Amino acid sequence: MNLVSFLGAIEIGLVYGLVALGVYLSFRILNFPDLTVDGSFPLGAAVAATLIVSGVDPYVATAVAMVAGGLAGLVTAVLNLRFGILHLLASILTMIALYSVNLRIMGRPNVALITEPTVLTPFEGLGLSGLYLKPIVGLVVVVIVAALLAWFLITSYGLGMRATGANPRMARAQGIATAQVTAVGMAVSNGMVALGGALFAQMNGFADITIGTGTIVVGLAAVIAGEAIFRVRGVVVAVVACLLGSIIYRLAIALALNADVLGLKASDLNLVTAVLVALALILPGARNPLKSLFKRAAPP
Amino acid sequence: MIRVEDIRVTFNAGTIMETRALQGLSAAIDAGEFVTVIGSNGAGKTTLLNCLTGEVAPSAGRIVIGDTEVTGWPAPRRAALVARVFQDPLAGTCEGLTIEENLALAAARGVRRGFDKALTQQRRQEFRDKIARLGLNLENRLGDRMGLLSGGQRQAVSLVMATLRPTRILLLDEHTAALDPRMQAFVLELTRELVESERLTTLMVTHSMRQALSFGTRSLMLHEGRVVLDVKGEERSRLEVADLMALFAKVRGEELDSDSLLLS
Repeated sequence: MNLVSFLGAIEIGLVYGLVALGVYLSFRILNFPDLTVDGSFPLGAAVAATLIVSGVDPYVATAVAMVAGGLAGLVTAVLNLRFGILHLLASILTMIALYSVNLRIMGRPNVALITEPTVLTPFEGLGLSGLYLKPIVGLVVVVIVAALLAWFLITSYGLGMRATGANPRMARAQGIATAQVTAVGMAVSNGMVALGGALFAQMNGFADITIGTGTIVVGLAAVIAGEAIFRVRGVVVAVVACLLGSIIYRLAIALALNADVLGLKASDLNLVTAVLVALALILPGARNPLKSLFKRAAPP
Repeated sequence: MIRVEDIRVTFNAGTIMETRALQGLSAAIDAGEFVTVIGSNGAGKTTLLNCLTGEVAPSAGRIVIGDTEVTGWPAPRRAALVARVFQDPLAGTCEGLTIEENLALAAARGVRRGFDKALTQQRRQEFRDKIARLGLNLENRLGDRMGLLSGGQRQAVSLVMATLRPTRILLLDEHTAALDPRMQAFVLELTRELVESERLTTLMVTHSMRQALSFGTRSLMLHEGRVVLDVKGEERSRLEVADLMALFAKVRGEELDSDSLLLS
């Protein structure tokens, strides 16, 4: 593996670290298996790219993308909590609807950002090449988001959210309005995923309708990798583990694709990911979010 | 303190599974009373508690706590008024969270939860003091996961959790039923101490006739969703378990199924 592919793996690992944080919040904290992310990731990219192309400041565009992702999460939450649709199905409905919404937003399947200003533009004068600049900016953004999330989870409100996912009946007996808290958590989760999508579009110079496919599996892979490596106890460590899991996972993928012995091509990525996640679930003793997936329904 | 007027609850109404859990139950409980509730399976004991906590909404009738009608209030809104210890030690706590996190959750019962730190040094010290009083050597294990505790230890912690906030009403739903005899005695004694020191208005559902008579100041017997016996004071102090059994048999109008009751 050369330097370019190494830094590339770090960069993409950081961007998908935001997805991992979102998946951790929905699957792990709220016990809500949420597939909306396959739609909210490209939604973030579509909103940011479209706004940037029409002349909006990239930072404003990125913020709007996060809000759009949050709304997508709310839609799933309302379908489940208010109308009682099974959480998995509710999230699939939102995800499939977002495919059309994303096409509407972009007006075409692909928007190029190569010549447009992005969140990276203000730092380009510092003399760093894009090769280094992208991972550094990614790192700063991801560290800020992770710190905010970790802090959130140890506040009184965040502790209430953890109780909501762990034991909704007990949470209600303690005065926690579980439906509201779940909706907030879903909005925050998908907001983070959409931020990941917005960064992805700006770092790669395009937004495309297909970039969402498999986002959930990549996010899960990162969460699983993080938990497997760090034997997580507290939430703060868990948040860091998600990020490191995402980066390690990307490095592993890059190694696999670069090893000529294996004869893998870039197009085999999804297959490799699926095989890795399946293995992680099959292996004895592997603790993973999917095992709790069908065990308990969404909090009332 | 608590007034329940003619409440009715029907599960699976209109289906073959229709169950009339409460059929016009009325009761008035004064502040400071410690009421034990007995009755056979399906008599409506747990449903009555669920109506008081807001987990089950009655189809008719009124529930008044203090001077406030709370009939339509959902469970989270009532949490400030009512504390509860469940029968199942797993139900009342979060096993994935630490002991101190569970205590912090209960310390904010019925209070708006903001973005302050859930666990401060001051709070930890407070919790350590309260848990130390149990004498179970848990005060140095506050950072352990709740799931590592035995059922009895969890129920003891649940009782402490129920009394962390100034509460007026304590509901105990056969909270010692899942414990071994030694732990049962310990938790019951702890219950008595807490109820006395905090002057709580208490409803304790139990399957044991002896417990029903030896604890508290008043006893209610439920049958088919109604109150069929209500004794307190001298009348109650004269009652023996055998008398209660006889009364029970009389109201049921049939031979007692001895399996359904524990005479311990």
